[in-house]
Formats: sequence, structure tokens, C-alpha cells
Amino acid sequence: MTAIQARSAKPALPAGQAGQSARGRWWIYLLLTLGIVLMVGPFLWMVLGSLKTPGEFLVSPPTFLPAAPTTDNYVRLFDELDFPRFFFNSSLVALVVTVGNILFCPMLGYALAKLQWRGKRPVMALVLATLMVPAGITLIPNFVLMANLGLVNTYPGLILPFLVGPFGVFLTRQFMFGIPDELIEAARIDGASEWRTYWQVVMPITVPVLATLGILTFLGSWNNFIYPLVMAQEPDMYTLPVALATFATGDHQSDNGMLMAGSVVLVIPVLVIFILFQRWITEGIATTGLKG
Amino acid sequence: MTAPALVRRDVAGRAPVGPRRGWRQDLIGWSFAAPFVILFGIFLALPILAALALSFTSFGLRDLDNPIGSTVVGVKNYTDLLGDPKFWKSLGNTIYFVVVGVPLTLALGLVIANALSRGITRFRTVFRVGYYLPVITSIVAIAVVWRFLLNPDVGLINILLGNLGIAGPNWLASSALAMPSIIAMAVWRNLGFAMVVFVAGMQAIPAMLYEAASIDGAGRWQAFRYVTLPMLRPTILFMLVITTIGYLQLFEEPFVMTDGGPLDATLSVTMYMYQQGFEFFHQGYASAIAYVLFVIVAIVAFLQFKFLRSET
Repeated sequence: MTAIQARSAKPALPAGQAGQSARGRWWIYLLLTLGIVLMVGPFLWMVLGSLKTPGEFLVSPPTFLPAAPTTDNYVRLFDELDFPRFFFNSSLVALVVTVGNILFCPMLGYALAKLQWRGKRPVMALVLATLMVPAGITLIPNFVLMANLGLVNTYPGLILPFLVGPFGVFLTRQFMFGIPDELIEAARIDGASEWRTYWQVVMPITVPVLATLGILTFLGSWNNFIYPLVMAQEPDMYTLPVALATFATGDHQSDNGMLMAGSVVLVIPVLVIFILFQRWITEGIATTGLKG
Repeated sequence: MTAPALVRRDVAGRAPVGPRRGWRQDLIGWSFAAPFVILFGIFLALPILAALALSFTSFGLRDLDNPIGSTVVGVKNYTDLLGDPKFWKSLGNTIYFVVVGVPLTLALGLVIANALSRGITRFRTVFRVGYYLPVITSIVAIAVVWRFLLNPDVGLINILLGNLGIAGPNWLASSALAMPSIIAMAVWRNLGFAMVVFVAGMQAIPAMLYEAASIDGAGRWQAFRYVTLPMLRPTILFMLVITTIGYLQLFEEPFVMTDGGPLDATLSVTMYMYQQGFEFFHQGYASAIAYVLFVIVAIVAFLQFKFLRSET
């Protein structure tokens, strides 16, 4: 419901106000643009730094643009540090986690929004209660659990605890409240089973919300740090953030060119996803934000 | 036999959809809920209880193979925490980070949201994307880049200061400047999130309120003060709670940028928990730290809702 309302609510500035202002507000554009320079500057510095040779960081006065741009840092990243492996690990974990959330969260969202069953209230309360729990709480017990299952330093160890989450349930449940009962009823009258109704009537309508959920889940998993830091103990299981943090605080801490290149590799996929889907991301954030 | 049947009929009678009743409906409901509930129970709900249990033991590396056999020490971990200066230091640092960082993040987010919603009419998407960019970026990557930006010799910030004739300090090596540097970075990273939520909140404010204010002769500032702010109150409260909870869990930034230093000046509660749990393998003690943080998060969220809501 809220999702639909918020999406249809346009900025709706009174026409007169918008017209009168355009000239007088150049300074707002100027300030906002200065702000953007501050926001984008560090990213630019990262990309430029990744193209510099190690020697260039030592010259005085320091350079802003790389004097002799080189891809050497990236080559070393891939040859010496096994970044393809970390990239693969991050991608695999994020993809499986995303599929899990897209599959299981809307199922519960549907059961909570549209079905009557005993146990619904306790389940709802349980999901609600865990929303504010700090991630650090479950870290140690999950580590102990994984250690006893022999899953430390394995893909299941990295994936299982994130296959479902309360966020996806709230997002889908909230949307499914807005689906007219008549639509679901009609499918039942036509003799469709509950599962068929869910897959052929409910799911197709829910696709935009699933896209938002999928994108946000993927980004969350891609950027996740403290859990894989604990669970990936050998380099062959490192995800990109774990690898970058390990090198940045260990053997390569002053190898600025390589660290910038590593940051670029970590950031670029996210940038691509964001630029392609920015509408879904910001609206998904905003609508769930509003719900609270 | 009859009583449960009555209850079932009652529940089914209130069902918004479907003629099916009783156990059949329960079965359908649970079949939809089961995959989530099972995974959620094992990896989220049970660990929350397990952490509480662990916090009353002296669980350590040697207990890893036999968690049940670990020694119960009662509330010793908690009483030890009370007398642990490093814990108090980490708590103080975390509170410093929250108390300075949260208002700055929300205020800047609000100002930019207002400028985007009411100040300008063009390039809104470009600005929104630009300000939101750091939010979706890995904190680890950002921390690595900012550490380089703040590098005393080769970092961009001191280069720019140098061009102005100012000798920039060694930001992250100074116990006075390290935390403010981390706060600046967190504000820079998170203001876009506040902005997006505030913009959405502002879009829901009826335009006629602004028209009425304008007819009454209200200027831009007055419209913001007397229309936008009061109407946005629930959104601001929500963001206050969310941002505070997030900031209380400070971890990646000091982990990558300062290792908690210098002289523990940036050691956060979560970082201290990590050190105790995974560097010293005092996992019982670390669980107690995690639970104290949990209780603080719950209290802060409760207080913010209670007091700020009743103020209206």
C-alpha cells in the first residue's frame, strides 16, 4: 500500500513557484554541485590513484593526475593476489543469497499478508523482534555452530545465515497487502491450487518489489564484511571486502596503487548495478524507510 | 475435540480470503512460511539466545568442539566488563561517534533533501544519484580510499591544504583527530541515505500546505520551519532511530583505518567484541560485550520513540 502511494506521489510543486524560482536559485545549484564534487572526489582520487606507478606516490610535489597511467596495479592484483578468486567468491555468495531471499521472503510475506493460519502472529512477532538486533550478536554463536558443522571456510558457511532476512519479509508483505483479494479469489474459483495462485497470480504482480529486494540484497551481501571476515579463514574463501581489508591492514598497507585498484574492483560492479537500477534502489529504500 | 474445532472455525471466519478452513489452512500457511522460519530459526533466532547463554560461560577456543561442556561462570563476564577500562573506553568512543555523527548526518541529509525537493527543479536525478553513491559502496573500499585521502604525506587532503600554505596534520595518527576524521567519513557516506528517505517524506507533504503558507506570506525558510519540519517529524524520528542503531555498531572504519588506535582512541564496542572473540578467543566475554551493545541499542531505540513521539 505505502509502496504504491509513495510511488504515485509526484513532487507536485505548484507551477507558479517552480517558474518564479528558476533564475533566483542559481546559488542552490552551485552549492549542490560543490557538494557533488565532494561526494565524487574520493571516487575520482581512487581511480586516478589506481593508475599511478608506486614511484609516483613518492614524488614531491605530489601529482593529482597520473603522470604515466599504467594498468600495472590491476595486473598485479590479478596475478599476485588472486583477485579473480575473491571476485568469484563474492559473486557466488551474493547471487545465492539473493536467490534465497527472493524465493523465501515473499513466500512468508504472502502467508502473513493474505493467508489465515495458526502461528501467524508468533511468526510475525519473531520477525519483528529481530529487526533491531545488532549483527554482532549472532556472529559468535553462528561461528560456533559452523565450526561444529565443519562449515567454517566453506561456501555454505558464508551463505546459509543470509539466505533469508526480516527486511525482505517486510518489503513483500507490505506490498502484498495492496493486492486485491478478488484477484486471488478469482484464481481459486477457477480451481487453481494455493501454489499455482501464488506463482501465476501473485508473483507476476510482485516483480517490481522483488527487483528492489534482489538489488538491495545483492548489494548488502557484496559489501558484507564482519561475517565473512570471521568465517573465511583461508585466502581461498576470502570475499573481496575481506581480501581488501586484509591486504590494507597487512602486507600491502602502503602499496597505495594496488589498494586503490582493489577498491575499484570492489566498487565498480556496485556502481554499474546502481546506475542501471538507481530508481528501484532509492525508491525501495525510501518506501521501506517511510513505513517505519 | 470440539474446542479446537471451534477455535479453528473462529479463525477461519475472520479470514479475508478463501473458503478453506481449519488444519488445511494451517498446513498451507506453514508450507509457505516453513523455509523462511527454519532458516531464520537456525541462523538468526537461536543464535540470539545462544549468545545470551554463551555470555554466562567462559567459552574459549578449547570449548569449540564441545560447546555444551564449557564452564558456566554466571554473571562474571558482566561484572568483569564493569571493571574493564578498555570496554569503557570503547563505549565512550562509540557514544562520541553517535552523538556527533548522527545529528550531522541527519542535518546535512535534511538540508540537501530540502534543496532537492523545494529548491531546484532540474537535474534532480543527477544530484540524487551523486549524493547516494557512497551509501551503496563497500565501507571497506571507502575506508581504504579515505585512509589514503587522509595520508599525511601523499593524501589529497594534505596536498590541497599544502597548496593553501597549511601544513596538514597526521589525521589518523592523532588521538584527537582520528575519531573526528572517522566521523567526517561516516557523515559523508551516510548523508545520502538520509537524503533519499527525507525526499520521499517531503513528496508526501500535500502541495496545498505550501500554497497556503505562501498565501500567508511565508518565505522559504518559514515554509521549511513551519510546514516541512512538522510534517516530516515521523520520518526524522525513524531516521534518527535507524541511524543511531547503525552508528552504535561502528566497526569497519576503525578496523581498516586505525586498528582502533591511536591509544584506543577509535576502538569501538563492536571492534572490542571482535578482538575479544576472534583475536583472543574469549568468546564468552565477547558475547557479553555483544549483549550489552544489544541492550544499549534496544534502550536507545525505545527512548527515542517514547520521548520524541510524545513531544508533538
